[in-house]
This record gives sequence, structure tokens and C-alpha cells, in this order.
Amino acid sequence: MSEPLPTIVLIGHGMVGQRYLEALAERGATATHRITVLCEEPRPAYDRVHLTSYFSGSTAEDLSMTPAGFMAEHGIALHLDDPAEHIDRAARTVTSRSGQVFPYDVLVLATGSYPFVPPVPGKDAPGCFVYRTIEDLLAIEEYAKTRSSGAVVGGGLLGLEAAGALQGLGLATRIVEFAPRLMPVQVDEGGGAALLRTIESMGLTVHTGVGTQEVVTGADGHVSGMRLSDGSTVDTDLVVFSAGVRPRDQLARDAGLDVGERGGIAVDARCRTSDAHVYAIGECALAVDGRVYGLVAPGYEMAETAADDLLGRAKEFTGADLSTKLKLLGVDVASFGDAHGAAPDSLDVVWSDSRSGVYKKLVVSPDGVLLGGVLVGDADSYGLLRPLTGSVPPVAPEQLVLPAGVGAPVALGPSALPDHAVICSCHNVTKKAIAACSTLAEVKKCTKAGTGCGSCVKVIGQLLPAATDKGLCGCFPFTRAELYEIVRTRRLTSYEEILDGHGRPEARGGDGCEVCKPTIGSIIASLAPTLGASGYVLDGEQAALQDTNDHFLANMQRNGSYSVVPRIPGGEITPDKLIVIGEVARDFGLYTKITGGQRIDLFGASVDQLPRIWARLVDAGFESGHAYGKALRTVKSCVGQTWCRYGVQDSVRMAIDLELRYRGLRAPHKLKSAVSGCARECAEAQSKDFGVIATASGWNLYVGGNGGATPRHADLLAQDLSDAELVRLIDRFLMFYIRTADRLERTSTWLERLEGGLDHLRDVVVHDSLGLCAELEALMADHVAHYRDEWAETLQDPERLRRFVSFVNAPGAPDPTVKFVPERDQVKPDLAVLTIGGAVR
Amino acid sequence: MTVELQVAQGWLTVCELSSLIPGRGVAALLPDGSQAAVFVDRAGRPYAIGNQDPFTGAHVLSRGLVGTAGGRPFVASPLLKQRFDLESGRCLDDEETVVRTYPVRTAVTS
Ligand SMILES: Cc1cc2nc3c(=O)[nH]c(=O)nc-3n(C[C@H](O)[C@H](O)[C@H](O)COP(=O)(O)OP(=O)(O)OC[C@H]3O[C@@H](n4cnc5c(N)ncnc54)[C@H](O)[C@@H]3O)c2cc1C
Ligand code: SF4
Ligand code: FES
Repeated sequence: MSEPLPTIVLIGHGMVGQRYLEALAERGATATHRITVLCEEPRPAYDRVHLTSYFSGSTAEDLSMTPAGFMAEHGIALHLDDPAEHIDRAARTVTSRSGQVFPYDVLVLATGSYPFVPPVPGKDAPGCFVYRTIEDLLAIEEYAKTRSSGAVVGGGLLGLEAAGALQGLGLATRIVEFAPRLMPVQVDEGGGAALLRTIESMGLTVHTGVGTQEVVTGADGHVSGMRLSDGSTVDTDLVVFSAGVRPRDQLARDAGLDVGERGGIAVDARCRTSDAHVYAIGECALAVDGRVYGLVAPGYEMAETAADDLLGRAKEFTGADLSTKLKLLGVDVASFGDAHGAAPDSLDVVWSDSRSGVYKKLVVSPDGVLLGGVLVGDADSYGLLRPLTGSVPPVAPEQLVLPAGVGAPVALGPSALPDHAVICSCHNVTKKAIAACSTLAEVKKCTKAGTGCGSCVKVIGQLLPAATDKGLCGCFPFTRAELYEIVRTRRLTSYEEILDGHGRPEARGGDGCEVCKPTIGSIIASLAPTLGASGYVLDGEQAALQDTNDHFLANMQRNGSYSVVPRIPGGEITPDKLIVIGEVARDFGLYTKITGGQRIDLFGASVDQLPRIWARLVDAGFESGHAYGKALRTVKSCVGQTWCRYGVQDSVRMAIDLELRYRGLRAPHKLKSAVSGCARECAEAQSKDFGVIATASGWNLYVGGNGGATPRHADLLAQDLSDAELVRLIDRFLMFYIRTADRLERTSTWLERLEGGLDHLRDVVVHDSLGLCAELEALMADHVAHYRDEWAETLQDPERLRRFVSFVNAPGAPDPTVKFVPERDQVKPDLAVLTIGGAVR
Repeated sequence: MTVELQVAQGWLTVCELSSLIPGRGVAALLPDGSQAAVFVDRAGRPYAIGNQDPFTGAHVLSRGLVGTAGGRPFVASPLLKQRFDLESGRCLDDEETVVRTYPVRTAVTS
């Protein structure tokens, strides 16, 4: 029999608890110890720092900090919803609420804090909340549904965050702060005044210098208002207490461990409590410097310290940085280092502009060392200033606080930082360590920088080599727009020629990559008629450049089968054509679905069925349609003037005209459009790359809209256009976009990036300020004149058709792994047949 | 010229070299029912790896785009775009994942 493994019991699975487990895993200690975790909350550790983002759409899964399979992989037993209730130090056991007894060799307390609720009458009435856990947020959200006003007690960092959340829930919100200014711990008087103005301008009501004396309840016993220390009473339906936190040390007190006078489990520099078998880390611990830290970064450092100590490695935790940046949407506030100028003889450099609500203060020592600072209203430089703390900045401090355009500002980039500057304070990562990586994902994986509060991500981005190399990919040092110009002006039609002549030296003569091949394929396709190249995407070398969807002229789906989406311009279709689609789907056993773009998807075709499906569609007068690739998808329409009593123009005819005109147009990203017959906007034209809305006197053209993951309303480019003017402007707009956008850049992001924005775009495409318009129109005219139905063309070419087989050596055999099972009277992929076999993983 | 693949039974003729487009692949059905993805690069060198994408289970690697990274050829899966070294089968985006490779050669058609 082997010795039983030493047992670690961790009480509390919060952010620091999870970091401790990861620190053990990284050091291999999970293999040499049995680990049990007791967690009071009903879910494993999540990102409490970004808790508020739950209200702006993050889900509980997004916030989760526990990688899937982590516990199982490391053999950790996690007991959810079962808090520790009693520690017996003599017997070395912990008893949980469910009555289980867990023996330990090492006990780690990571119980965090609880929100402090001042002992005012009425504090327990229904409608009173605290702000700490996902469950708290769920309860607030539920209660707020039927209420109209809310109040936050406490104007600190958390209180402001909670107030922003209440306002986001639609409540008229007020903040009551006892101290004479908001965020009293982090900002000084001047900063507090600037902050107050900004918060008030967001529509919140702020009371400073007053306390809460009582929560008033209505006849139903629920919260109805608050009585304040200045004698006034305010109405409110809901109260959130955010008056500070207290370390959760009761369990430790009951077990006879030393605690601080004002709370917190006393620990030494190795995070050991007064019992050598017990550690305490995170917000429940009272560190050697006599502080209880309410931030994640010091907690993480304690977790590392305790893990190192367990393995007999020396690391000491003696104190940490208290820098903070407020995440409240719309308010930029940061404080770092010695923000209050506590160091003897320290000097302040201040810029304050009460009109714009900007306040910036730097604290410097007499010999010029940056000690700390406060930034309100414009905290852009936080990411740079924090790492500079402790050194003499490379430029005079006044230049660091002056806004651009006043005095002589110097653009201070991260290149000015010394190698040892700590960029990510949550994980203590230096500039040098970050510079060793090449992508943000790599930085996060290798150093964890950027995975805490996130305030360092911007500076990390500026430090990565990719930030200075604007090249499209490892093969080309040029942007997509630059490549477009190279191809256009040198009339290049061969990818190999472009790679060998213009690629990075190390990429020349090679096979390129999956990023630049389709990009150049798309550029050549959109310029083809002008270059005198064949526009047919499967011609010659072009065929090798296309993404798989373009190569097979259909969308590949998850089991390797394809979907076919017949083009239905403007969404108008005859009954006969509808019947054909139904028959094709039935005969080939396809799954059918109406799409968001007013078309009908046919799913589940195997590669060898594609030509036969197209043949049936072509016979019935259909085109197969671009539902893949970076090209025009659909132009949606409402029924417009013809049928609708509100319609003022024929939106269907216009949509059909536009869809037929721009079909097959290759672009940096897919393009969507819509036409509505009046301002009621039934076709949702304002969420499209280009959208058209009819007016009594013509058409209004909107551009740069986006549905999808980052919705953006389109901007009005021009009004009351005739049919011909509308088409001319869209021609110019699309060609200008295709010419200047980055790879995979939607019109919305392109427009936002464009210097001068909408006004510049209007100058170029409406007023022809660059003298480009004739050329842009000619390019589009070429495209329209040379458009060919790629599917019909493929069907006529036996050579190309030979590609549409599952196996090169068994052309008749279907792929046996593409299988389907029934669901709701149709088919769906049989994923069971896709078990990962042949591969060695 | 034909492209031949080594399987348990010996060298299997897959197709004419001329029917492969440089930079693209084809799928071949092997005698044991498994599938290989066969590619030819711009220099005319053939490669063969398993056709199943280990990240999705679908047999689609033959339909990915071929490229060069650090002087070595790779294919990017058409589904979630992970890249696989065509010589070793190693996934360039996840060091723990490998697909099998097959010895492959071109032979003069007899
Ligand atoms: C809304 C919000 C915003 C914040 N923003 C920031 C920020 O921007 N920057 C920053 O640095 N910090 C921020 N913080 C603070 C940060 O979340 C904490 O510092 C951090 O979570 C502390 O980690 P911890 O593991 O010590 O405690 P916690 O994350 O609170 O975890 C402690 C866990 O222990 C559990 N527990 C307690 N007693 C027991 C028991 N007897 N048995 C079992 N389990 C028990 C608790 O239920 C809890 O799940 C924020 C906090 C909140 C609430
Ligand atoms: S957008 Fe106007 S015209 Fe079109 S359907 Fe709606 S209400 Fe009718
Ligand atoms: S400073 Fe918080 S994640 Fe980097």
C-alpha cells in the first residue's frame, strides 16, 4: 500500500481560491495532493470583477473562471452549495453544512468578504439588496422589473458601478455618499468634483456628505424611500447597499485563529495564519503590512505565495499596489500609486478643466520620480502611467497631463517604458515578458496578463509586434488596401506572381497561406474585367485561392455536407418557383429553412449531389445564389407601395434591381442590403451595409449599418434621390469600400475607421473630392457587364464537374461518414458518426 | 504520372498527378474504409494525411487551403481553420493534436 496523499481543503471557491488551485496545478502539486474545495455559492468560481457586465449581456458562462474539465483533470473534488461551518483544528477536520466531515493536512481559507450593511432601521425590508454575487444580481434584476427608481448607499468604486447598473435597468437612480466626495478612497477633492459633474451629466442624482438614517417602507412592507441625515426624505423603490466590505473571518475566529482588531485573518508574509497548518488568502486575509486588500491583484499574489510556500519555495507577500480603473460605462476614472500624495515632500502636477469634466493629477517626488496619480474624465494614459510609477518619466510630468492641443504635448508610447515596467498589475507581468509573445492570445496564455481586470489590454496591444506590422499576414507586408492598389496599378492577375514579386522575402516561392490566398482571390475577382482576367472563380490558378465554399460554390456545414441557397432577388418568388424548391428539397432529402435574408436554405447536400441540384434549379430559372463567400448576399424588401397602404415607392422593384446589379460582387466582407417602402422600415434597411428607405420624393440612402454581433445603425448618406442617383451613389460607395477596406472589415467598422468619417465619405462619393468617382463607376459598370452565373457555367464544364466527387479514386461512391437522422419531420446531421476515429489526439 | 499512397496492402494508386490542382486537395477512399487527404504543393510535391478533422470529426481536410509556414507546407481545415503540417500531421495551433500521415510518391504510369 502506498502512503495516502496529503490532503488540502480549500474553503471558498472565489477568484482567489480558483487562482490558488491553478497555481497548484501549474506547480504539479495537484498530482501529489488530494484536494477538496467547499463552495458556498451554487456555482464554481466566476469573474466577480466583471460582475456588472452581466447586465450588459454577459452570461453566467461568460463570467465563469473555471476552465471546463479543470476539476476532473486535476482530480479536485468540488462541493457546490455546501459551505464550511466548523473547523476543528485539534482534529484537523472541517465540517460542512451538509454534515460531511473533511480531514485536512493543509487548510486554506479563501472566504472573501461580505458587503457591509450599516445598521439602519428598515435595512432588511424587501427591496434592500447587496451587490456581490451573481445571485444578488439576479434578485435585483427580478425586483427592478416592476419598479421605477433605485438608490445606492455608498459612492465608492463599487457603489458607482452598482448605480450604473441600476440606471441600465431603467431605474431613476441616486447615490448617497457619506463622505464629502465620490470615490473618497481613490480620488482627491479636485478629482471628486470632476467625477461628480460627469456622473450628474449622465442623469444620476448624487447626495454627498449625507448619511442614510432609515429605509422607509410603504403599506405593503416594501421599500418606498430613505430618510437622510440632513433631515430630507427621498422616494425610492429599491436600495442597494454598497458601503464597503468586511473580511469573512467568522469561521477563523470561531476556530481560535488570530484576527485583526478591525477584522481579517492575520497572516505572515507566506500567508500562514497563527496555525501552521492553515493559510488565508485573498480578501479574508489581513496581510503583514496590516491591510486587508479588496482587489484581485493582491489576492492572486497571495494565492501564488501560499502555493509556493506549500512546496517549500520561498516567496513573500508584503504588500501590493492599489491601482484601480473604474469600469463604469461612460466614466473614465483611474487612480494609481500614491494618489493622495502621502509621501513626504511629494509634489502635485494638476490639470483641471471643469468645462469638460477632466481632472488629472500626478504625484511626483522632488527628484522627479512618478509616485502616483488620479485621472478623471480622460484615463487613456492610465495603462502607460501605472507602469511608469516608481521611475522618472522620459518627459516632463506637465506634458503627461496636458490634453492634446494645449502646450506642447508629447505622444508617449509604450516604447518609452523600461523592460522591467509592470504592464499587468493583476498578474505582475513585465513589458519584457509581453514583448516575447506575438499575439494577445499568446500573451494571455503564456503570462495571464490581461485576464484579470483587463485594464492593461490596450497597452499590451501596442507592445505586440503585430501592432507595428500592418501586413495582411505572414506572407505580405501590405494591408489589403495596399495590395488592391498593387494589383490594380500593375495589372497583376496571378497569385504566384504577386507573392513572388511583392511578398515578404521568406514567403516568396512558397505556397502562401489561408489568409492571403482568398483575399487576393477576392481582389482579382472584383477587378477581373478591368484587369482583363477571367472573372470565373474556378478558372486556372484562381481555383486554388478560393476558400472551400467558393471552391465548391456552396456552403460547407458542420458534418462536411453543403447547403444550397437559391437566389430569390428581393425576396419575391412565384408559386411555381416555390414548388420547384420544395420538389428539389424533397427529391434530394434536404432540410429546408427560411432564412433571415428572405431566402430558403436547403441543407444536407453531399458534394456529388451539388451539380444535380443546381441543374434542377437552373432549369427552373434560378441561380444557386451566394450564401457563402465575401460577396453580396441579399437585398431584402418589404412589399412597399404595391400592396402596403403606407408605402410611397416600389420597394420590391428597387430591391430586385439592386440585388441583380450587385450579385457576384466580391468584397472584403459579406454585404447585405434592404429596401423599405416607407419610414416604418419593415425591411430593417438601417441595419444593413447599404440600406434604402423610400420617401415621398425619392430614396434615402443609409450606409455602414450592421446587424450581427456588433450592431450599428446605418448613417444617412444622401436624401431624396432619384432611381438613377441612388444606383450611382451605391456604385461609388461599394467600390470605394472594396478598394480601401481591410480584410474581413465590415462597412460599419470601415466607416468608423475612415479618417473624417461620414463627412469624408460623403465628400468622396457625393462631391467627388478625390476625383475618383468616374473610375469607381466604371469599375462597377465592368462588373455588371461581365457578370456570369457561376453555377450554370460550372454545369457546362465537364472538367470542373469532375471535382464534385467525394473520392478521387471512387467517383461514384458517396462519403459514408455524411449521414443524417430524423428530427421534426426533416433530417439533421448524425453527429454520432463523426466520432473522432483515425486521428491520434 | 500517378500519385500513389502506401497502405497496409502496399502502394495504392490514387489518381493522375495532373488531376490535382497545386495548393488544393482531394479525398481518397482507402481499402480499410478510412479516408486520406492528398495534396500537391506548388512545386509539384505530393502529401497525404488523414482526411478527418480531429476538431469536428468531419472528413474534410482535403477541402482546406494549402499554405507554407516556416518553409513547411500545411493545410488549414475548412471548418474551424486549424492548420496541420502536411509532413508530420502535427496541428500547428494545438500541440497535442496530430493527424496521421501516409507515405506518398509519384510514379510513372505504366
Ligand atoms: C461588482 C464588483 C466589482 C469589482 N471590481 C473590481 C475591480 O475592478 N478590480 C479589483 O481588483 N477588484 C474588484 N472587485 C473585488 C474582487 O472581486 C475581489 O477582490 C475578489 O473577488 C476577491 O477574491 P476572493 O477569492 O478573496 O473572494 P471572493 O471572490 O468573494 O470569493 C470568496 C468565496 O468564498 C465563499 N465562501 C465564504 N465563506 C465560505 C464558507 N464558509 N464555505 C464555503 N465558501 C465560502 C463565498 O461565497 C465566495 O464565493 C470587485 C468586486 C465586485 C463585487
Ligand atoms: S416599410 Fe412602409 S411600405 Fe414597407 S411594408 Fe412597412 S409600412 Fe409598408
Ligand atoms: S492589469 Fe488587470 S488584467 Fe492586466
